[in-house]
Amino acid sequence: MFGLANPTKFMRFSSILLPYLMAITLSLLITGMYMVWNAPEDYLQGPLSRILYIHAPAAYLAQGIYVFMALANFTGFIWRHPLADMAAKNAAPIGAVFTALTLLTGMMWGKPAWGTWWVWDARLTSLLVLFIIYLGYIAIWQVIEDQVKAARIATILVAVGLVNIPIIKFSVDWWNTLHQPASLIKTGGSSIHSSMLIALLIMFAAYTFLFVCLLFISVRTEINRRRARAFEMRVLQQNIQQVNQSTDAALNHKDQ
Amino acid sequence: MKSLYALLKRDMTLFFRSGGGAGQAIGFYLVVVILFPFAVGPDLNLLARISIGILWVILLLAILLSAERIFADDLEDGSLTLLITAGPLPELVILTKLIAHWIAIAMPLLLITPVLAIMLNLPLGGLMPMILCMFIGSLGLCALATIGASILVAIRRANQIISLLILPLYIPTLIFGVSATNDLTFEVEKPYASLTILIAITLISLLVAPFAAAQAIKANL
Repeated sequence: MFGLANPTKFMRFSSILLPYLMAITLSLLITGMYMVWNAPEDYLQGPLSRILYIHAPAAYLAQGIYVFMALANFTGFIWRHPLADMAAKNAAPIGAVFTALTLLTGMMWGKPAWGTWWVWDARLTSLLVLFIIYLGYIAIWQVIEDQVKAARIATILVAVGLVNIPIIKFSVDWWNTLHQPASLIKTGGSSIHSSMLIALLIMFAAYTFLFVCLLFISVRTEINRRRARAFEMRVLQQNIQQVNQSTDAALNHKDQ
Repeated sequence: MKSLYALLKRDMTLFFRSGGGAGQAIGFYLVVVILFPFAVGPDLNLLARISIGILWVILLLAILLSAERIFADDLEDGSLTLLITAGPLPELVILTKLIAHWIAIAMPLLLITPVLAIMLNLPLGGLMPMILCMFIGSLGLCALATIGASILVAIRRANQIISLLILPLYIPTLIFGVSATNDLTFEVEKPYASLTILIAITLISLLVAPFAAAQAIKANL
Protein backbone atom coordinates (compact mmCIF):
# COMPACT_ATOMS: atom_id res chain seq x y z
CA MET A 1 0.00 0.00 0.00
CA PHE A 2 1.80 3.15 -1.28
CA GLY A 3 5.05 1.46 -0.24
CA LEU A 4 4.19 2.42 3.30
CA ALA A 5 5.70 -0.78 4.70
CA ASN A 6 9.04 0.95 4.40
CA PRO A 7 9.52 3.09 7.55
CA THR A 8 11.65 5.69 5.73
CA LYS A 9 8.97 6.25 3.11
CA PHE A 10 6.34 6.40 5.81
CA MET A 11 8.32 9.03 7.73
CA ARG A 12 8.62 11.23 4.63
CA PHE A 13 5.00 10.72 3.62
CA SER A 14 3.65 11.37 7.11
CA SER A 15 5.80 14.44 7.73
CA ILE A 16 4.21 16.07 4.67
CA LEU A 17 0.70 14.93 5.53
CA LEU A 18 0.69 15.57 9.26
CA PRO A 19 0.47 19.42 9.30
CA TYR A 20 -2.53 19.30 6.93
CA LEU A 21 -4.20 16.63 9.04
CA MET A 22 -3.67 18.67 12.18
CA ALA A 23 -5.10 21.78 10.52
CA ILE A 24 -8.18 19.85 9.37
CA THR A 25 -8.66 18.33 12.82
CA LEU A 26 -8.35 21.67 14.56
CA SER A 27 -10.73 23.49 12.24
CA LEU A 28 -13.27 20.67 12.43
CA LEU A 29 -13.07 20.64 16.22
CA ILE A 30 -13.49 24.40 16.47
CA THR A 31 -16.40 24.46 14.01
CA GLY A 32 -17.97 21.50 15.76
CA MET A 33 -17.65 23.06 19.20
CA TYR A 34 -19.06 26.36 17.92
CA MET A 35 -22.05 24.58 16.40
CA VAL A 36 -22.59 22.56 19.56
CA TRP A 37 -22.59 25.83 21.49
CA ASN A 38 -25.27 27.23 19.19
CA ALA A 39 -27.27 24.05 18.75
CA PRO A 40 -30.76 24.13 20.29
CA GLU A 41 -31.03 22.62 23.73
CA ASP A 42 -33.04 19.51 24.32
CA TYR A 43 -36.41 20.55 25.79
CA LEU A 44 -36.17 17.88 28.48
CA GLN A 45 -32.47 17.79 29.31
CA GLY A 46 -31.54 21.44 28.75
CA PRO A 47 -27.83 22.17 28.40
CA LEU A 48 -27.10 18.65 29.60
CA SER A 49 -27.61 17.31 26.10
CA ARG A 50 -24.39 19.01 24.98
CA ILE A 51 -22.32 16.33 26.75
CA LEU A 52 -23.61 13.87 24.20
CA TYR A 53 -21.73 15.63 21.37
CA ILE A 54 -18.55 14.66 23.21
CA HIS A 55 -19.85 11.28 24.30
CA ALA A 56 -21.28 9.73 21.14
CA PRO A 57 -18.25 10.25 18.83
CA ALA A 58 -15.95 8.89 21.55
CA ALA A 59 -18.13 5.80 21.83
CA TYR A 60 -17.96 5.31 18.06
CA LEU A 61 -14.17 5.56 18.14
CA ALA A 62 -13.90 3.24 21.14
CA GLN A 63 -15.45 0.46 19.08
CA GLY A 64 -14.06 1.57 15.71
CA ILE A 65 -10.46 1.57 16.90
CA TYR A 66 -10.76 -2.04 18.01
CA VAL A 67 -11.83 -3.05 14.50
CA PHE A 68 -9.02 -0.94 13.03
CA MET A 69 -6.56 -2.61 15.40
CA ALA A 70 -7.78 -6.07 14.36
CA LEU A 71 -7.49 -5.22 10.65
CA ALA A 72 -4.00 -3.78 11.15
CA ASN A 73 -2.92 -6.87 13.08
CA PHE A 74 -4.23 -9.21 10.39
CA THR A 75 -2.43 -7.17 7.73
CA GLY A 76 0.77 -7.47 9.71
CA PHE A 77 0.22 -11.19 10.26
CA ILE A 78 -0.57 -12.10 6.67
CA TRP A 79 1.70 -9.80 4.66
CA ARG A 80 4.46 -9.39 7.30
CA HIS A 81 3.85 -5.66 7.14
CA PRO A 82 5.94 -4.17 9.99
CA LEU A 83 4.18 -0.80 10.00
CA ALA A 84 0.78 -2.44 10.29
CA ASP A 85 1.91 -4.13 13.52
CA MET A 86 3.17 -0.79 14.80
CA ALA A 87 -0.12 0.86 13.88
CA ALA A 88 -2.04 -1.81 15.81
CA LYS A 89 0.24 -1.45 18.81
CA ASN A 90 -0.09 2.32 18.91
CA ALA A 91 -3.83 2.37 18.23
CA ALA A 92 -4.54 0.41 21.41
CA PRO A 93 -3.70 3.12 23.99
CA ILE A 94 -5.63 5.68 21.93
CA GLY A 95 -8.61 3.36 21.84
CA ALA A 96 -8.37 2.82 25.58
CA VAL A 97 -8.37 6.57 26.18
CA PHE A 98 -11.44 7.11 24.00
CA THR A 99 -13.19 4.25 25.82
CA ALA A 100 -12.37 5.87 29.16
CA LEU A 101 -13.61 9.22 27.82
CA THR A 102 -16.88 7.60 26.78
CA LEU A 103 -17.34 6.05 30.20
CA LEU A 104 -16.47 9.27 32.06
CA THR A 105 -18.67 11.59 29.98
CA GLY A 106 -21.42 8.99 30.21
CA MET A 107 -21.17 9.05 33.99
CA MET A 108 -21.29 12.86 34.06
CA TRP A 109 -24.40 12.74 31.92
CA GLY A 110 -25.92 9.86 33.87
CA LYS A 111 -25.83 11.54 37.27
CA PRO A 112 -28.26 14.38 36.39
CA ALA A 113 -30.22 12.46 33.74
CA TRP A 114 -30.69 9.06 35.37
CA GLY A 115 -29.95 10.17 38.94
CA THR A 116 -26.98 7.86 39.34
CA TRP A 117 -23.35 7.76 38.23
CA TRP A 118 -23.36 4.18 37.16
CA VAL A 119 -25.89 1.47 36.43
CA TRP A 120 -25.07 -2.12 35.51
CA ASP A 121 -26.76 -1.73 32.19
CA ALA A 122 -25.85 -3.71 29.08
CA ARG A 123 -24.19 -0.96 27.06
CA LEU A 124 -22.26 0.50 29.97
CA THR A 125 -21.07 -2.90 31.06
CA SER A 126 -20.02 -4.02 27.61
CA LEU A 127 -18.04 -0.81 27.11
CA LEU A 128 -16.33 -1.39 30.45
CA VAL A 129 -15.47 -4.89 29.28
CA LEU A 130 -14.07 -3.41 26.06
CA PHE A 131 -11.88 -1.14 28.19
CA ILE A 132 -10.51 -4.18 30.03
CA ILE A 133 -9.87 -5.94 26.71
CA TYR A 134 -7.86 -2.90 25.57
CA LEU A 135 -5.82 -3.04 28.79
CA GLY A 136 -5.08 -6.73 28.25
CA TYR A 137 -3.98 -6.03 24.69
CA ILE A 138 -1.66 -3.23 25.83
CA ALA A 139 -0.26 -5.52 28.53
CA ILE A 140 0.72 -8.11 25.90
CA TRP A 141 2.89 -5.57 24.10
CA GLN A 142 4.40 -4.50 27.41
CA VAL A 143 5.35 -7.92 28.78
CA ILE A 144 6.69 -9.54 25.60
CA GLU A 145 9.95 -7.84 24.76
CA ASP A 146 10.53 -9.33 21.32
CA GLN A 147 8.27 -7.11 19.21
CA VAL A 148 7.92 -9.58 16.32
CA LYS A 149 6.75 -12.28 18.71
CA ALA A 150 4.48 -9.81 20.51
CA ALA A 151 2.83 -8.91 17.19
CA ARG A 152 2.04 -12.56 16.43
CA ILE A 153 0.61 -13.17 19.87
CA ALA A 154 -1.37 -9.92 19.83
CA THR A 155 -2.93 -11.07 16.55
CA ILE A 156 -4.06 -14.33 18.14
CA LEU A 157 -5.54 -12.38 21.05
CA VAL A 158 -7.36 -10.00 18.71
CA ALA A 159 -8.72 -12.91 16.68
CA VAL A 160 -10.06 -14.62 19.81
CA GLY A 161 -11.50 -11.25 20.85
CA LEU A 162 -13.26 -10.79 17.52
CA VAL A 163 -15.01 -14.15 17.93
CA ASN A 164 -15.88 -13.39 21.51
CA ILE A 165 -16.87 -9.73 21.50
CA PRO A 166 -20.20 -10.31 19.73
CA ILE A 167 -20.95 -13.13 22.19
CA ILE A 168 -20.05 -10.93 25.16
CA LYS A 169 -22.11 -8.07 23.73
CA PHE A 170 -25.15 -10.24 23.12
CA SER A 171 -25.00 -11.97 26.48
CA VAL A 172 -24.68 -8.66 28.30
CA ASP A 173 -27.56 -7.23 26.26
CA TRP A 174 -29.67 -10.19 27.17
CA TRP A 175 -28.70 -9.77 30.82
CA ASN A 176 -29.93 -6.21 31.39
CA THR A 177 -30.81 -3.19 29.24
CA LEU A 178 -31.56 0.42 30.17
CA HIS A 179 -29.53 2.57 27.75
CA GLN A 180 -31.57 4.11 24.92
CA PRO A 181 -31.37 2.29 21.58
CA ALA A 182 -29.28 3.73 18.73
CA SER A 183 -30.87 6.90 17.39
CA LEU A 184 -28.42 7.99 14.69
CA ILE A 185 -28.50 5.06 12.30
CA LYS A 186 -31.74 3.17 11.97
CA THR A 187 -34.29 2.27 9.33
CA GLY A 188 -36.66 5.11 8.46
CA GLY A 189 -34.04 7.84 8.86
CA SER A 190 -32.36 9.41 11.84
CA SER A 191 -34.48 10.49 14.78
CA ILE A 192 -32.29 13.51 15.52
CA HIS A 193 -33.34 16.97 14.31
CA SER A 194 -31.11 18.37 11.56
CA SER A 195 -29.94 21.35 13.67
CA MET A 196 -28.37 18.91 16.10
CA LEU A 197 -27.45 16.30 13.52
CA ILE A 198 -25.02 18.52 11.56
CA ALA A 199 -23.10 19.49 14.69
CA LEU A 200 -22.96 15.85 15.72
CA LEU A 201 -21.70 14.72 12.31
CA ILE A 202 -18.96 17.37 12.36
CA MET A 203 -17.89 16.14 15.77
CA PHE A 204 -17.74 12.58 14.41
CA ALA A 205 -15.48 13.75 11.58
CA ALA A 206 -13.30 15.79 13.95
CA TYR A 207 -12.82 12.79 16.24
CA THR A 208 -11.91 10.53 13.33
CA PHE A 209 -9.28 12.98 12.10
CA LEU A 210 -8.02 13.39 15.65
CA PHE A 211 -7.49 9.64 15.85
CA VAL A 212 -5.56 9.57 12.57
CA CYS A 213 -3.36 12.46 13.77
CA LEU A 214 -2.62 10.83 17.11
CA LEU A 215 -1.88 7.52 15.43
CA PHE A 216 0.55 9.13 12.97
CA ILE A 217 2.33 10.97 15.76
CA SER A 218 2.71 7.93 17.95
CA VAL A 219 3.86 5.66 15.11
CA ARG A 220 6.44 8.31 14.14
CA THR A 221 7.60 8.49 17.75
CA GLU A 222 7.99 4.74 17.85
CA ILE A 223 10.04 4.65 14.65
CA ASN A 224 12.26 7.43 15.99
CA ARG A 225 12.65 5.59 19.28
CA ARG A 226 13.71 2.41 17.48
CA ARG A 227 16.18 4.33 15.34
CA ALA A 228 17.66 6.03 18.39
CA ARG A 229 18.04 2.65 20.01
CA ALA A 230 19.71 1.14 16.94
CA PHE A 231 22.07 4.12 16.82
CA GLU A 232 22.90 3.70 20.49
CA MET A 233 23.69 0.03 19.93
CA ARG A 234 25.96 0.91 17.01
CA VAL A 235 27.88 3.47 19.06
CA LEU A 236 28.25 0.95 21.87
CA GLN A 237 29.58 -1.66 19.46
CA GLN A 238 32.11 0.79 18.04
CA ASN A 239 33.27 1.65 21.55
CA ILE A 240 33.72 -2.01 22.39
CA GLN A 241 35.69 -2.56 19.20
CA GLN A 242 37.96 0.39 20.00
CA VAL A 243 38.56 -0.90 23.50
CA ASN A 244 39.35 -4.34 22.10
CA GLN A 245 41.78 -2.92 19.58
CA SER A 246 43.62 -0.86 22.16
CA THR A 247 43.92 -3.82 24.55
CA ASP A 248 45.16 -5.98 21.69
CA ALA A 249 47.74 -3.32 20.85
CA ALA A 250 48.82 -3.08 24.48
CA LEU A 251 49.16 -6.86 24.75
CA ASN A 252 51.17 -7.05 21.52
CA HIS A 253 53.43 -4.31 22.81
CA LYS A 254 54.00 -6.25 26.01
CA ASP A 255 54.80 -9.45 24.12
CA GLN A 256 57.45 -7.72 22.13
CA MET B 1 -5.20 -42.07 20.01
CA LYS B 2 -3.10 -44.28 22.25
CA SER B 3 -0.45 -41.60 22.64
CA LEU B 4 -3.09 -39.02 23.52
CA TYR B 5 -4.47 -41.33 26.21
CA ALA B 6 -0.95 -41.75 27.59
CA LEU B 7 -0.57 -37.98 27.65
CA LEU B 8 -3.88 -37.62 29.49
CA LYS B 9 -2.77 -40.14 32.10
CA ARG B 10 0.65 -38.52 32.46
CA ASP B 11 -0.80 -35.04 32.94
CA MET B 12 -3.27 -36.17 35.58
CA THR B 13 -0.66 -38.18 37.46
CA LEU B 14 1.66 -35.18 37.47
CA PHE B 15 -1.12 -32.95 38.65
CA PHE B 16 -2.33 -35.13 41.50
CA ARG B 17 1.14 -36.00 42.80
CA SER B 18 2.73 -32.56 42.78
CA GLY B 19 2.19 -29.30 44.62
CA GLY B 20 -0.73 -30.39 46.77
CA GLY B 21 -2.60 -31.82 43.78
CA ALA B 22 -6.35 -31.61 43.95
CA GLY B 23 -6.17 -30.41 47.55
CA GLN B 24 -4.98 -26.99 46.44
CA ALA B 25 -8.06 -26.16 44.40
CA ILE B 26 -10.45 -27.66 46.96
CA GLY B 27 -8.78 -25.72 49.75
CA PHE B 28 -9.10 -22.48 47.82
CA TYR B 29 -12.76 -23.16 47.05
CA LEU B 30 -13.54 -23.97 50.67
CA VAL B 31 -11.77 -20.95 52.11
CA VAL B 32 -13.42 -18.46 49.78
CA VAL B 33 -16.85 -19.92 50.46
CA ILE B 34 -16.26 -19.49 54.19
CA LEU B 35 -15.30 -15.84 53.66
CA PHE B 36 -18.63 -14.90 52.14
CA PRO B 37 -20.90 -15.36 55.18
CA PHE B 38 -18.42 -13.28 57.18
CA ALA B 39 -18.53 -10.54 54.56
CA VAL B 40 -22.28 -10.31 53.93
CA GLY B 41 -23.57 -11.53 57.29
CA PRO B 42 -25.04 -14.90 58.32
CA ASP B 43 -28.59 -14.14 57.10
CA LEU B 44 -29.72 -17.44 55.52
CA ASN B 45 -32.29 -15.82 53.20
CA LEU B 46 -29.69 -13.48 51.74
CA LEU B 47 -27.22 -16.35 51.36
CA ALA B 48 -29.83 -18.47 49.58
CA ARG B 49 -30.40 -15.62 47.14
CA ILE B 50 -26.73 -15.13 46.28
CA SER B 51 -25.40 -18.68 46.73
CA ILE B 52 -25.60 -19.64 43.04
CA GLY B 53 -23.67 -16.53 42.02
CA ILE B 54 -21.04 -17.02 44.73
CA LEU B 55 -20.34 -20.63 43.81
CA TRP B 56 -20.04 -19.75 40.11
CA VAL B 57 -17.63 -16.89 40.75
CA ILE B 58 -15.43 -19.07 42.94
CA LEU B 59 -15.40 -21.89 40.39
CA LEU B 60 -14.33 -19.34 37.78
CA LEU B 61 -11.53 -17.98 39.97
CA ALA B 62 -10.29 -21.46 40.91
CA ILE B 63 -9.94 -22.36 37.23
CA LEU B 64 -8.37 -19.02 36.38
CA LEU B 65 -5.77 -19.15 39.14
CA SER B 66 -4.63 -22.62 38.14
CA ALA B 67 -4.42 -21.74 34.43
CA GLU B 68 -0.69 -21.08 34.56
CA ARG B 69 -0.06 -24.71 35.53
CA ILE B 70 -1.39 -26.08 32.23
CA PHE B 71 1.82 -25.37 30.32
CA ALA B 72 4.41 -23.80 32.65
CA ASP B 73 6.05 -26.97 34.02
CA ASP B 74 6.10 -28.65 30.62
CA LEU B 75 7.81 -25.65 29.08
CA GLU B 76 10.40 -25.60 31.81
CA ASP B 77 11.53 -29.22 31.40
CA GLY B 78 11.34 -29.03 27.62
CA SER B 79 8.58 -31.61 27.14
CA LEU B 80 6.22 -29.01 25.69
CA THR B 81 8.55 -28.41 22.74
CA LEU B 82 8.68 -32.14 22.07
CA LEU B 83 4.93 -32.55 22.37
CA ILE B 84 4.19 -29.69 19.99
CA THR B 85 6.84 -30.43 17.38
CA ALA B 86 7.21 -34.22 17.44
CA GLY B 87 3.93 -35.55 18.79
CA PRO B 88 0.55 -35.92 17.10
CA LEU B 89 -1.26 -32.81 15.84
CA PRO B 90 -0.51 -29.88 18.20
CA GLU B 91 -4.21 -29.01 18.38
CA LEU B 92 -5.01 -32.53 19.63
CA VAL B 93 -2.21 -32.38 22.18
CA ILE B 94 -3.62 -29.15 23.53
CA LEU B 95 -7.16 -30.50 23.59
CA THR B 96 -5.90 -33.47 25.60
CA LYS B 97 -4.01 -31.29 28.06
CA LEU B 98 -7.09 -29.10 28.40
CA ILE B 99 -9.29 -32.09 29.25
CA ALA B 100 -6.70 -33.41 31.70
CA HIS B 101 -6.69 -30.03 33.42
CA TRP B 102 -10.48 -29.99 33.48
CA ILE B 103 -10.68 -33.41 35.10
CA ALA B 104 -7.96 -32.54 37.59
CA ILE B 105 -9.30 -29.12 38.62
CA ALA B 106 -13.04 -29.06 38.03
CA MET B 107 -14.02 -32.60 39.06
CA PRO B 108 -12.81 -32.28 42.68
CA LEU B 109 -14.61 -28.95 42.93
CA LEU B 110 -17.84 -30.48 41.63
CA LEU B 111 -17.51 -33.22 44.27
CA ILE B 112 -17.57 -30.78 47.18
CA THR B 113 -20.01 -28.32 45.63
CA PRO B 114 -23.13 -30.03 47.08
CA VAL B 115 -21.80 -29.73 50.63
CA LEU B 116 -20.90 -26.07 50.23
CA ALA B 117 -24.19 -25.32 48.46
CA ILE B 118 -26.14 -26.69 51.39
CA MET B 119 -24.04 -24.64 53.78
CA LEU B 120 -24.93 -21.55 51.75
CA ASN B 121 -28.63 -22.51 52.03
CA LEU B 122 -29.21 -23.26 48.36
CA PRO B 123 -32.63 -24.96 47.99
CA LEU B 124 -32.17 -28.73 47.77
CA GLY B 125 -33.82 -28.81 44.34
CA GLY B 126 -30.93 -26.69 43.11
CA LEU B 127 -28.19 -29.24 43.74
CA MET B 128 -28.57 -31.33 40.59
CA PRO B 129 -28.96 -28.29 38.26
CA MET B 130 -25.95 -26.67 39.91
CA ILE B 131 -23.73 -29.70 39.31
CA LEU B 132 -25.00 -30.20 35.76
CA CYS B 133 -24.43 -26.55 34.76
CA MET B 134 -21.03 -26.38 36.44
CA PHE B 135 -20.01 -29.64 34.73
CA ILE B 136 -20.74 -28.10 31.33
CA GLY B 137 -19.58 -24.56 32.11
CA SER B 138 -16.27 -25.53 33.68
CA LEU B 139 -15.17 -27.28 30.49
CA GLY B 140 -15.67 -24.04 28.56
CA LEU B 141 -13.88 -22.08 31.27
CA CYS B 142 -10.91 -24.47 31.10
CA ALA B 143 -10.79 -24.04 27.31
CA LEU B 144 -10.59 -20.24 27.63
CA ALA B 145 -8.00 -20.53 30.41
CA THR B 146 -5.89 -22.62 28.03
CA ILE B 147 -5.84 -19.76 25.55
CA GLY B 148 -4.62 -17.36 28.23
CA ALA B 149 -2.01 -19.79 29.51
CA SER B 150 -0.64 -20.45 26.03
CA ILE B 151 -0.39 -16.76 25.11
CA LEU B 152 1.77 -16.02 28.14
CA VAL B 153 3.53 -19.37 28.43
CA ALA B 154 7.00 -17.83 28.18
CA ILE B 155 6.36 -15.16 30.82
CA ARG B 156 7.08 -15.97 34.47
CA ARG B 157 4.46 -15.18 37.12
CA ALA B 158 1.94 -14.25 34.47
CA ASN B 159 -1.16 -15.07 36.52
CA GLN B 160 -2.37 -11.52 36.90
CA ILE B 161 -2.01 -10.70 33.23
CA ILE B 162 -3.76 -13.96 32.35
CA SER B 163 -6.66 -12.79 34.53
CA LEU B 164 -6.75 -9.47 32.71
CA LEU B 165 -6.84 -11.23 29.33
CA ILE B 166 -9.25 -14.02 30.15
CA LEU B 167 -11.79 -12.56 32.59
CA PRO B 168 -13.65 -10.58 29.89
CA LEU B 169 -14.03 -13.82 27.92
CA TYR B 170 -15.56 -15.52 30.97
CA ILE B 171 -18.51 -13.14 31.17
CA PRO B 172 -20.86 -15.03 28.78
CA THR B 173 -20.26 -18.35 30.54
CA LEU B 174 -20.89 -16.72 33.90
CA ILE B 175 -24.10 -15.02 32.78
CA PHE B 176 -25.61 -18.10 31.17
CA GLY B 177 -24.23 -20.50 33.76
CA VAL B 178 -25.91 -18.61 36.58
CA SER B 179 -29.16 -18.10 34.69
CA ALA B 180 -29.29 -21.76 33.59
CA THR B 181 -28.82 -22.85 37.19
CA ASN B 182 -31.50 -20.40 38.33
CA ASP B 183 -33.95 -21.48 35.63
CA LEU B 184 -33.58 -25.16 36.45
CA THR B 185 -33.73 -24.59 40.20
CA PHE B 186 -36.80 -22.38 40.26
CA GLU B 187 -38.49 -24.13 37.32
CA VAL B 188 -39.38 -21.14 35.17
CA GLU B 189 -41.43 -21.41 32.00
CA LYS B 190 -38.68 -22.47 29.56
CA PRO B 191 -36.08 -24.04 31.85
CA TYR B 192 -33.72 -25.29 29.12
CA ALA B 193 -33.22 -22.07 27.11
CA SER B 194 -30.20 -20.79 29.05
CA LEU B 195 -28.78 -24.29 29.37
CA THR B 196 -28.65 -24.75 25.60
CA ILE B 197 -26.88 -21.41 25.19
CA LEU B 198 -24.40 -22.41 27.91
CA ILE B 199 -23.69 -25.63 26.00
CA ALA B 200 -23.26 -23.62 22.78
CA ILE B 201 -20.76 -21.25 24.42
CA THR B 202 -18.79 -24.19 25.83
CA LEU B 203 -18.67 -25.86 22.42
CA ILE B 204 -17.49 -22.67 20.70
CA SER B 205 -14.76 -22.24 23.31
CA LEU B 206 -13.68 -25.86 22.85
CA LEU B 207 -13.53 -25.32 19.11
CA VAL B 208 -11.54 -22.09 19.21
CA ALA B 209 -9.16 -22.87 22.08
CA PRO B 210 -6.98 -25.65 20.58
CA PHE B 211 -6.29 -23.69 17.39
CA ALA B 212 -5.58 -20.38 19.11
CA ALA B 213 -3.45 -22.03 21.78
CA ALA B 214 -1.45 -24.06 19.24
CA GLN B 215 -0.65 -20.90 17.27
CA ALA B 216 0.31 -19.03 20.44
CA ILE B 217 2.60 -21.79 21.66
CA LYS B 218 4.29 -22.07 18.29
CA ALA B 219 4.91 -18.32 18.37
CA ASN B 220 6.33 -18.61 21.87
CA LEU B 221 8.66 -21.58 21.41
